[in-house]
Amino acid sequence: MNIVVCIKRVPDIGETEIAIDKDGRGIKTDKLVYDINEADNYALEEALLLKEKFGGCVTAVTIGDEASNEQLRICMAKGADTAIRLYDSKFAGLDGYVTAKILCSAIRGLKPDLVLTGCMASDDAYAQVGIQLGEMLGYPHATLVTHIDIENSLARVRSELENGLGMVLEIEMPAVLAVQTGINEPRYASFRGIRDAMKREIKVIGLSDLSLQEVDVGETGSKIRIEKLFIPAVDKTAQILSGSTDETASKLAIILKEKGLI
Amino acid sequence: MKTIFCLAEHRRNELRGITFEMLGKAQELAEKLEAEVFAVLLGHKVSEFADQLSNHADAVLMVDDERLAGFSQLVYQKILAQLIHSHNPVLTLIGHTAFGMDLAPSLAIAAGLPLTTDCIDLQISNGRLFAVRQMYGGKVNAQISFKGANQYLATVRQGVFQTRQKQSKGKIVNLPPPQEVDSKGKKFISYVEAEIGDVDISQANIVVAVGRGIKKKESLPVVQELADSLRGVLACSRPVVDSEWLPKDRQVGQSGKTVKPKLYLAVGISGAFQHVMGMRGSEMVIAINKDGNAPIFNIADYGIVDDLFKVVPALSAKIKEINK
Repeated sequence: MNIVVCIKRVPDIGETEIAIDKDGRGIKTDKLVYDINEADNYALEEALLLKEKFGGCVTAVTIGDEASNEQLRICMAKGADTAIRLYDSKFAGLDGYVTAKILCSAIRGLKPDLVLTGCMASDDAYAQVGIQLGEMLGYPHATLVTHIDIENSLARVRSELENGLGMVLEIEMPAVLAVQTGINEPRYASFRGIRDAMKREIKVIGLSDLSLQEVDVGETGSKIRIEKLFIPAVDKTAQILSGSTDETASKLAIILKEKGLI
Repeated sequence: MKTIFCLAEHRRNELRGITFEMLGKAQELAEKLEAEVFAVLLGHKVSEFADQLSNHADAVLMVDDERLAGFSQLVYQKILAQLIHSHNPVLTLIGHTAFGMDLAPSLAIAAGLPLTTDCIDLQISNGRLFAVRQMYGGKVNAQISFKGANQYLATVRQGVFQTRQKQSKGKIVNLPPPQEVDSKGKKFISYVEAEIGDVDISQANIVVAVGRGIKKKESLPVVQELADSLRGVLACSRPVVDSEWLPKDRQVGQSGKTVKPKLYLAVGISGAFQHVMGMRGSEMVIAINKDGNAPIFNIADYGIVDDLFKVVPALSAKIKEINK
């Protein structure tokens, strides 16, 4: 089975303070730590599990500058066979639509049986690229996928709905499946895997290698534009308890007592 | 006259709340744009829904067909693309739900429309439409403009907009189903019911919920001890279930459970909207998080900005002391 996995390098935002840059349309990146987007990491694991079961080859694809080599090498260290980095300075300012378009242009020729993506990137949170990629490739697609069974070019998948409810879909392959977090237990890259991956080639593809024009990509080709970023206004702020750990814990316990909760 | 489309979302014989929220926002936009609001209702045996929707829209465009009985993104997409082509709505709204996330991005390609997903606001300024959406786990908002054509598609976050009734009922327009729809390649098979576990967190008076900040499974007992000292139940946000540290029926949030306890104590939870959807009905919210800018502090009554591994044991000890 020929599987393509689309991944993205994103900043870790869990407990990190985010600040807006001078230009007002991006964030300050100097203090951020980067990783593979969480849902993409699950998609990669799912691809590796399918490869182990059915044989074949896993290709990791990303759009990004040289910094993204780090994430592609992690993919290879875990078991991806090849890595492709799509980059051109003219890609700058791309939206979800252009992201899907560039991926489509690069992936079409790979003739995959299955394309896996994460269902959403934690940075821009569009949750649209996988589905749009499927539509552009002319493949059936599904998102929020929490289980995949494959038999004779038919993928039986489970997709997550709201309130614990799920649904089962049958998708004919080739297909694009946008994977939800929690679908599997992603492996860690071994030291040896990382060392070996450092020596492997990452194929870099630019605009001139794709069947796209300059007007198709970057901000020009995008369908939406970020005008400005701002920190959300707060309509209600918590009363923050101050002091040492012992003091704050005491204050909180007293509040709980006063409210009749203990 | 200009029109705004809102796609009615329904599942298992029930119109979902997001439908009326979208219609509420659409009415507000329609006043500014001098447009009419059309609810688009696709389904089978749904005339009762049409009647409900007519209280919230100028018209209900209904396609009733047995091929629309179950969930079908492909059939929906085909019909919607045709309706958008024939009615030229300035804006089409779809819920940013599991259903909308499946349909809208695909429809945007099929109908050639610019799409902005997960909008928390839509504004008209100098005749132009702008959307506001969140990025970076809700820590940043973005104002978005749509480019090109004068027809747009947006998905709308649940629980953000107010519903409102209209003074007079809108008309219901029955449209003929399309003759042929190619739904090859993707077939709905069945629903999978929610798992039922040993504890029903939605019934608890006190919920202590743990999130990504817990870092490893071995640290769970520390938080369980706090829950025990409060005679509450232990719940969690998505990452904890993804890592299989707690079962799915303990998850609070959009894809998990909705809780409305007297006290919700969030430990190491940043407060992404998917989580907040499931706990904002709580009477009192207390948050413990290292990041003082975490969105959870915007909905909490009290907060402690500190390392949970220091605060939680200290708090458990204080509570036990008082309880003694």
